[in-house]
Amino acid sequence: MNQRDTSRRDFLKSCATGVAALRLASKAWPADACAEAMPLLAAAEQAASAKSRVVVARDAALRGPGTAVDSNRILSLLDRAMQNLFSLDHPGEPWKQLVHPGEKVGIKVNALGGRGLSTNAQLVAAICERLQEAGVRAHDIVIWDRDTDELEHAGFRSSTADNRVQCFGTDRVDYENELETYGSVGSRLSKILTQRCDVLINVPVLKDHDGAGVTIALKNMYGVIHNPNKYHPNGCDPYIADLNMLPAIRAKMLLTICDATTACYEGGPGYKPQYCWQNNALLVSRDPVALDYTGWQVIERKRSEKKLKTLEADERPPRYIATAADERHRLGTNDPRRIEVVEVAA
Amino acid sequence: MARENYARPNSLTSHWMQGENCIRDLERNPLSSTLDRRAFLKCALVSGAALGICDFAQPLAAIPSWATPQKQDDSRFTVEARFYQKLPNNKKIKCKLCPRECTVGDRERGYCGVRENRGGTYYTLVHSRVCAAHLDPIEKKPFFHYLPGTLALSLATAGCNVNCKFCQNWDISQVRPEQVPADYAPPKLVADLAKQHGCPSIAYTYSEPVIFAEYLMDAADAGHEAGVRSVVVSNGYMQEEALKTAYGKMDAVKIDLKAFTESYYKDVVVGQLKPVLDALVTLRKMDKWTEIVYLVVPTLNDSDDEFRGLARWVKANLGVDVPVHFSQFHPEYLLKNLPITPVPTLERAKAIADAEGLHYVYIGNVPGHPAENTYCPKCRHMLVERVGLMAKQILIRKGNCPFCGQHIPGVWA
Ligand code: SF4
Repeated sequence: MNQRDTSRRDFLKSCATGVAALRLASKAWPADACAEAMPLLAAAEQAASAKSRVVVARDAALRGPGTAVDSNRILSLLDRAMQNLFSLDHPGEPWKQLVHPGEKVGIKVNALGGRGLSTNAQLVAAICERLQEAGVRAHDIVIWDRDTDELEHAGFRSSTADNRVQCFGTDRVDYENELETYGSVGSRLSKILTQRCDVLINVPVLKDHDGAGVTIALKNMYGVIHNPNKYHPNGCDPYIADLNMLPAIRAKMLLTICDATTACYEGGPGYKPQYCWQNNALLVSRDPVALDYTGWQVIERKRSEKKLKTLEADERPPRYIATAADERHRLGTNDPRRIEVVEVAA
Repeated sequence: MARENYARPNSLTSHWMQGENCIRDLERNPLSSTLDRRAFLKCALVSGAALGICDFAQPLAAIPSWATPQKQDDSRFTVEARFYQKLPNNKKIKCKLCPRECTVGDRERGYCGVRENRGGTYYTLVHSRVCAAHLDPIEKKPFFHYLPGTLALSLATAGCNVNCKFCQNWDISQVRPEQVPADYAPPKLVADLAKQHGCPSIAYTYSEPVIFAEYLMDAADAGHEAGVRSVVVSNGYMQEEALKTAYGKMDAVKIDLKAFTESYYKDVVVGQLKPVLDALVTLRKMDKWTEIVYLVVPTLNDSDDEFRGLARWVKANLGVDVPVHFSQFHPEYLLKNLPITPVPTLERAKAIADAEGLHYVYIGNVPGHPAENTYCPKCRHMLVERVGLMAKQILIRKGNCPFCGQHIPGVWA
């Protein structure tokens, strides 16, 4: 363990009291469910009997004196979020339960909002660090979204060099020729998803969306297909839920780490600085529906604070969340009684 | 667009093995091709004979392959859209090109995937961005009463404003422009190419020309200046003002009337019937030469009631002289579970439309069927004999039947 890790552990220890005070009694998932990397399919089946845990980890001092996210503090924040999600004491342990050496891990970011409102590169660096510590080779990690130029505009540096973490867009490798269908629309899937990833970690941004109401975990999968424009009618409902039912997505999805360090409560999904706020938080869950429901409430609270209409009153409630939880989809739960929100503060 | 396949390179490879000596000429990059018409026809006939039909669709362009598309210079193809409205909040716009009326936020695209809001200004991304180009017989569109026996320089860009589950060309219609290779073909080049290849018309086709309206208008203007006409093959799902402006520049229009029920349009097309019927009436009022294709899909739009309803509506609103083509469906895209339309079903559709009094009812996609020919509605003599997509004999003289003098509506020269 290096110097950074030691000091991080000390830091975590110093925060422990606060965490314990906020942590609720039950675990996110039964212990055996966490023992193996649990794909979304299994997660949904578990959802019938267990509460879904969503950890909201916040650090008011995440940016230090400047506006940029501090790389050490974001790693600490990630560690606290993961340890609380898995109820484990050591920062490396959750990752060892999630991934295995030899696995190819995709990190699906959201790079549509440029530098202002895309997945934070420091956060992704922290995830890569923990994955490698868990035994995943750098070359087996791929950070990706739709387009390489968009990734670069968002602050990522594209890379396909040997022995390095890979970073590029689907534009470099194209989409599969065959269509995949669930529901009424057919799509070609990114070859990054189908050929370069055994498992997937979803790292979206917490954003308002002019059609769907919000765009968080489930909608981030629009970046996986060749024709997202065909999924926008009717507030993206049931298209968001349908898309997440595709086996290649459902079976590979391990975890969502939602970047809410900078979030957007109005005017999304494009970056509009006047509607963004430094929220300095991460939302982490293995249930993407519970995470989207929780993120939606965060956005509603901010809208209320800013004296804006609710999304319902603005005629764009995120109906897709209920659809994703319905009998036909069962991608997770949107029932607040079955969501355990664990607030973790620095 | 469903019926008129733009002919993917895969299918053409084996197709062209049979007319091998022509392949080098025909696969040359289109937009600099100097293939002369006689060489083209010779080649097409060889391959057509080998197939048992005269199946044209020679690739004039570097048409899409499944290789990773090369990065394209977006700026060359990006032109401000003609039909949209800026909204007061958050740099949103409302597109007024088709009845979908997408409200599009900044940095987002509309349903068709080829129009993008950039900072509150809406742009088409497909002006002069040609992803498929061929020399086709005009019968392939199909136009049966418009310049029969001629070739049309046929073009498409990526994109479509609906999502028909039976689309034959989904790999260009249901993609974003950057996902398929494309050539830069500005309007004047298109007009020059049409002239060079002896095509009296340019056809906007294969995908859905509604969504490249700005390009189509500019290409039509350039064509007209050079003495080349323009025809469009469209779903007609367009707002009235845009239709009048854009298709006002067309010399002939073919509309795919995909069914005669709203439920089919909602479930199979992802659109609406009413605006298409309105478009047909508007075209009629504009006095545009119009033909209609109805793709008959087994179990989904093949009832007697629908055929009869369609025929009665055409008769009442457009007149008995509008050609109606009942075309055979082939399983494609998201409707692979249905069979090819049985020929007796198409014959039933034709019999119903004939009985309702329509004068020119054709059966399409069934090479060699006698209902591909044009007959005089008065004396029943055959006036245009077609074999596959070739007009083999054209007997019409100055727009009239040479046997009884009956006027045969259409544009014959
Ligand atoms: S043309 Fe495209 S952007 Fe415009 S309304 Fe139709 S689908 Fe939407």
